[in-house]
Amino acid sequence: MNKQSRKLAVVGPWIRENLLLGLNMREYIKKLISPFNIVVGFIVIIGLYFIILRFSRGLAAITSASDVQPWGLTLALGLFSVVPLSASGYVLGSAVYLFRLREYYPVVKNAILIGFLGYFFAVVFLLIDLGRPWRIYYPMFVSYGPASVMFLVAWHVALYLSCQALEFSPSAFEWLGLKTFRKRVLKINIGLTIFGVILSTLHQSALGAMFLLMPGKLHPLWYTTYIPWLFFISSIAAGLSMVIFISWLTKLFFKRRADSNYIKSIDNITLGLGKAASFVLITYFALKWIGLAQGHNWNLLVTSWGLWFLCEILVFVLLPCILFLIGSRDKNLGLIRFTSILTIIGIIINRLNVSLIAFNWNLPHRELLHWRELIVVISVFTFAILVYRWIVNRMPVLHEHPDYK
Amino acid sequence: MKKTNRRSFLKSASLLGGTLFGWGILGNAKKASGADFSGHPDRFGMLTDLTRCMGCRRCEEACVDTNNLPAPQISFEDKSVFENKRRPDSKTYTVVNRYYDSLWVEGPVYSKVQCNHCEEPACASACLVGALKKTPEGPVVYNEKVCIGCKYCINACPFYIPTYEYSNAFHPKVQKCFMCYHKIDKGEVPACSGVCPVEAITFGKRSQLISLARNRISTRPDKYLDHIYGEHEAGGTGWLYISGVPFERLDFATNLGTTPFPEFTKEFLAFVPLVLVVWPTLLGGIYLFSKRRDEVSMTDASNQNRQVDQS
Repeated sequence: MNKQSRKLAVVGPWIRENLLLGLNMREYIKKLISPFNIVVGFIVIIGLYFIILRFSRGLAAITSASDVQPWGLTLALGLFSVVPLSASGYVLGSAVYLFRLREYYPVVKNAILIGFLGYFFAVVFLLIDLGRPWRIYYPMFVSYGPASVMFLVAWHVALYLSCQALEFSPSAFEWLGLKTFRKRVLKINIGLTIFGVILSTLHQSALGAMFLLMPGKLHPLWYTTYIPWLFFISSIAAGLSMVIFISWLTKLFFKRRADSNYIKSIDNITLGLGKAASFVLITYFALKWIGLAQGHNWNLLVTSWGLWFLCEILVFVLLPCILFLIGSRDKNLGLIRFTSILTIIGIIINRLNVSLIAFNWNLPHRELLHWRELIVVISVFTFAILVYRWIVNRMPVLHEHPDYK
Repeated sequence: MKKTNRRSFLKSASLLGGTLFGWGILGNAKKASGADFSGHPDRFGMLTDLTRCMGCRRCEEACVDTNNLPAPQISFEDKSVFENKRRPDSKTYTVVNRYYDSLWVEGPVYSKVQCNHCEEPACASACLVGALKKTPEGPVVYNEKVCIGCKYCINACPFYIPTYEYSNAFHPKVQKCFMCYHKIDKGEVPACSGVCPVEAITFGKRSQLISLARNRISTRPDKYLDHIYGEHEAGGTGWLYISGVPFERLDFATNLGTTPFPEFTKEFLAFVPLVLVVWPTLLGGIYLFSKRRDEVSMTDASNQNRQVDQS
């Protein structure tokens, strides 16, 4: 046997085993053509078309961005909402590796994967919305604006994305069979986790602090000097809820990729995380009220903006807080899972309020939504789900790799 | 679970903390030195006397010419533009609007809108690449070569001034009045000021413009309101205005306060180095603490087992 064919003999089965899920090429392609894949593929292609349009004709082709409202749905949903939801990585990472709460170990790899993908796609959304995305590295290497909160966000998101890539990399190395790399990364795991918590604390809060610069533009019910804290604390609740929610989905849709230990432990983990989320939400709720009191804005509560604000903090903060508590007391898993969805919606509503809805509230004419932008957002989210599925189907995320047990 | 020995952990943590700390301090030292800085004494500014402007729009024309901006669809002589209130946009650095009230005996009031060249600009403090800068001469200028197009400056500006070229796919720029920095640099007067037939726009050192404005107000208290808009608004602006009618009637923002906008984020930025230093220690401590706890409980368990074995 010559060298080349020997190489092929090794590579062929490897590709089949690790990329094609153990099927041969024809079977794999056949399997790919499912109704679900056709629908999501269609969504992704339409989104791709509008993204191409954006890069050939400018932002005006797909967004309703204007000289008074430069940030639209792409950033409000894709960045300001996705980043807190991606807090799952640092929240679970610190629980398992720093506080050594081992009962949560089965979900930590998944939590970090969700976090990593969240940040990755937040950057994708940012690249779509930046005027000149090919200069994205400028704040790091070309020109500096250290007095800007956004400078901080840029650095920290970039560092944290790399940090999370490293944190997740052992699973990828196990999949690729790169034992030395895996070992080396695991050695610095604690350092990475601590680094991740520092970066998360700072940029989660910095995303809120960006709005400190706009006291007249953000509605006074949302504008408070506590906004960095509110963003940080709510990100913990968001991260916990995401782990509850996604774990449930994996139990429903990825059972084949999970080991029995993972499936067995999900229920108990859900109960624990629900209780934790309840505590975080009550802190968040209290701080929301303090912020309100600090601004002496009680009179604004009776306006229509006030009702919307009350809806946000009563229906989407206090209610889930209580439901989490009841759910964990009664060991009602269904209730906790429902509440995690409620919390996730609540966090998204909060971020949309701050970055879009209650922003520039005093301007008479506002266009907040462009249907093409919405399609782009949906399309990128869909693609993110496909990437998640691709990874979970191949790498040891929901199970332990047999070689490294 | 993963093994990390204490030494390697401490080493990596301190290295990390140290770098971040150094970076944080560097970032802050720059700010601290600017705390009591009240601006370059000879910086220039502009004074618009709204009682003099008669809406000829020659300033708009001169601005378009000197900055090579596209000619507007409605000609500069056409007075119908006053039917709507206009704002500067990515093709127009300045516009003149007309305001009218039956109680105003002097007739309509014309108000010129453009960048106010803040003393401490929110836009410049928002810029993460330092593309927007307050020059020692006074104008707030823009370096297109480093702008990444995040548009935070547009959100940050309390006057809604910077605009963006949303239809430009390859070289989109932030656009706003730059106080004809290219002309000031050569010792010339900004185009709008030079062309104004009634000297409604005066270019000069900001300190002298304030004296000039005070002088006009005190000699004709019947004609002017006792208020120089921009002297203190948002920490002071380079462009000043005096008027015979209340500024809020002319769409001026009168609720901005006197705090320079960059102050609003300073507290948070000062908190950053604190987290960078305290968090590694705190979290590292928690880690070592819980690790020790686990080790103790493990030895306890094995001791118990041994006792059971012996008995």
